[in-house]
Amino acid sequence: MFNSLSDRLQDTFGKLRGKGRLTEDDINTAMREIRMALLEADVNYRVVKKFVAECKEKCMTAEVLESLSPAQNVVRIVLDQLTELLGTTESKLVLAQNRTPNVIMLVGLQGSGKTTAAAKLAFLLKRQGHSPLLAACDVHRPAAADQLETLGNEIGVKVYRGDGKDAVKVARESIQSAVDGLNDIVIVDTAGRLQIDEQMMQEAVDIKNAVKPDQVLMVVDAMTGQDIVNVVSEFANRVDFDGVIMSKLDGDARGGGALSVREVTGKPIKFVSMGEKPDSLEVFHPDRMAKRILGMGDVVSIIEEAQRVTDQKDIDDAERMLREGFTMDDMLTQMQQIRKMGGLKKILASLPGGERALEQAGGAVSDEQITRIEAMIHSMTKQERAKPKTINGQRRKRIAKGSGRSVQEVNQLLKQWSEMEKMMGKMRQLTNGGGNSRKARRQMTNMMRNMGMGGKMPF
Amino acid sequence: MGMFDSLKRGLARSREALSEVFYMGGEVDEDFWEDLEDRLVMGDMGAEVAMQVTDDLREQAAREGLKSARQLRDALARRLAAEFAKAECDPFEDVPSCVLFVGINGAGKTTTVGKLAGVARSEGKSCLIGGADTFRAAAIEQLEVWGQRSGVEVVTRERGADPASVCYDVLDRAEKDGTQLVLIDTAGRLHTSPELMRELEKVVRVTRKRASIPVRVVLVIDATTGQNGLNQAKEFNSALDLDGLIVTKLDGTAKGGIAVAISHDLNLPIYRIGVGEGIDDLQTFDAMDFARALVGEGEGE
Repeated sequence: MFNSLSDRLQDTFGKLRGKGRLTEDDINTAMREIRMALLEADVNYRVVKKFVAECKEKCMTAEVLESLSPAQNVVRIVLDQLTELLGTTESKLVLAQNRTPNVIMLVGLQGSGKTTAAAKLAFLLKRQGHSPLLAACDVHRPAAADQLETLGNEIGVKVYRGDGKDAVKVARESIQSAVDGLNDIVIVDTAGRLQIDEQMMQEAVDIKNAVKPDQVLMVVDAMTGQDIVNVVSEFANRVDFDGVIMSKLDGDARGGGALSVREVTGKPIKFVSMGEKPDSLEVFHPDRMAKRILGMGDVVSIIEEAQRVTDQKDIDDAERMLREGFTMDDMLTQMQQIRKMGGLKKILASLPGGERALEQAGGAVSDEQITRIEAMIHSMTKQERAKPKTINGQRRKRIAKGSGRSVQEVNQLLKQWSEMEKMMGKMRQLTNGGGNSRKARRQMTNMMRNMGMGGKMPF
Repeated sequence: MGMFDSLKRGLARSREALSEVFYMGGEVDEDFWEDLEDRLVMGDMGAEVAMQVTDDLREQAAREGLKSARQLRDALARRLAAEFAKAECDPFEDVPSCVLFVGINGAGKTTTVGKLAGVARSEGKSCLIGGADTFRAAAIEQLEVWGQRSGVEVVTRERGADPASVCYDVLDRAEKDGTQLVLIDTAGRLHTSPELMRELEKVVRVTRKRASIPVRVVLVIDATTGQNGLNQAKEFNSALDLDGLIVTKLDGTAKGGIAVAISHDLNLPIYRIGVGEGIDDLQTFDAMDFARALVGEGEGE
């Protein structure tokens, strides 16, 4: 598997340590690493060439060469450059204000995930208070309309099927159906087509002319390789889409194609789709994508996700924890929060180096462990949860029996708790001793560093 | 039409790309090598493979005194063809046989099953389709349409049923009828999802255990897939112990270079390649033809 680019560059520059300053050759070596990393991420070859040349120029300044940590500087330049290329701002759906219904049309290759994306988009819009209608204009693939209808039923969105023969007609009629049914947005799902299939491309153009969509979105599989450039430029020429939905980003593909799409067509990525569930369509964040392409993890997403699942009660709990100590109930809450955020694996995988750590552990870090811990805590009495220190041998035996785990596992859990309690204790000292003192602040920083990714963070 | 012709048609654009390199007046200089490496990378062969192939070819050129672009092209085609694993059997011809189709979402499993059933039927083989994709909405309906088109019966269960039990039913039925070719479609899944991979492991285990005829597990892979394809294949292989590959959607401009890497790294033969929409466009794979089409042999001569 790939190492993350930052690790690789650290290795490269590590060999040069003690040389005082870097030479052009050293930068060339680094650029070769970057080139490989980008190619492994399926960024188009031409885009890579241009990108690397630009990066090199920026890295050749004295500021970088003579800095104390050239590796980190180079990574930062690459990352900034990449983010800039991907588009510096998030790009939202643009719908005409004075038009009802608004129309969104989806196009793409076969198997890129259009139908699934259509349902997800409908779900997202519905959650935002719209009343979407799905139009099943894939009249070519057997049972495509059935698929859309099933998905529509699951999320409670109406599907217009028409006669299921003439895609253009179905599309046109769906608009009328939306007017009659008081739907304010129509999402037109079309058949998958190859960009060189003249007849099918014409059909897409015809549908577009018939319904005059506010937005045409192209669905692109994150796993697509070098060919993505041919595909998107042809679609851009013929159908002219407004933005891209990247699908299947829940796999381990780096999605370098996103960069190619942006560079070649200038069209922004608007959404990323990451799973089977209807709520797994997310707004695209260029900076996070840049990190993913370089294999640097997605810390921001985790934090946001954590914020989303944390409500006021949790914040109060945190305060109480600091005041009164860390109970087993708190531990339970934490476990449940990890669950809410999509499981341990998702969180770990989005941390820098986390993917590799996961691999080394052989996937042993499983959500089953969380389930076990939950079972054990559930087998404790209220008093035991509040004061785990009172759990003696007898009680351990009972808890083990109650949860179907071994006494050793109960012991392990108690040990984990006491570690966490110790850490809380340290924090308590800090807050009590006045957060302003310089010593306290230094301790806090140290502790943060000890808590995890300290040396690993690229900046 | 033979495979070479359709492939040539299908791979037209990639052929153009590589041929360009070989038509630069026959001069072989530093630019030539660099360009060649670029082109191979652009065919999704992967940066490392491309570098290695170029270096090898360079060495060979020096050793054997290959100077003209034409000679080099032949050498390159042979070199690439040698990367492919050889098939010991053809699971769709050597009947009785049971084939399980696995792969990620949207690779073209269901369509491939439908086409293969049609081919088997037109060749007069008795055939049975198993619909073990009980997860995706309307997957069963899609398969049933294919079944009707080719006149092949589809055995399946309702959506949400246990896929392994569907396989059991299918094999039960096949045994009773003495069916020659059993094709089982499974739900697409990402190789990064441990739960779904475990489910598939069970499906394969049950099928292998229940079947009295040889069972082959075939990974269906989309030709447009990039470097992630190797990860996919590795994961599926380590979980299911694959027997071979089918590469679909080679009729676009995608070069399917990742197939070279997968076939070589995992020593998996390619059973079929999809070069078009029609039923006959699913063809047997010939390494030399594929490699020749890829490097652009037989053009403009």
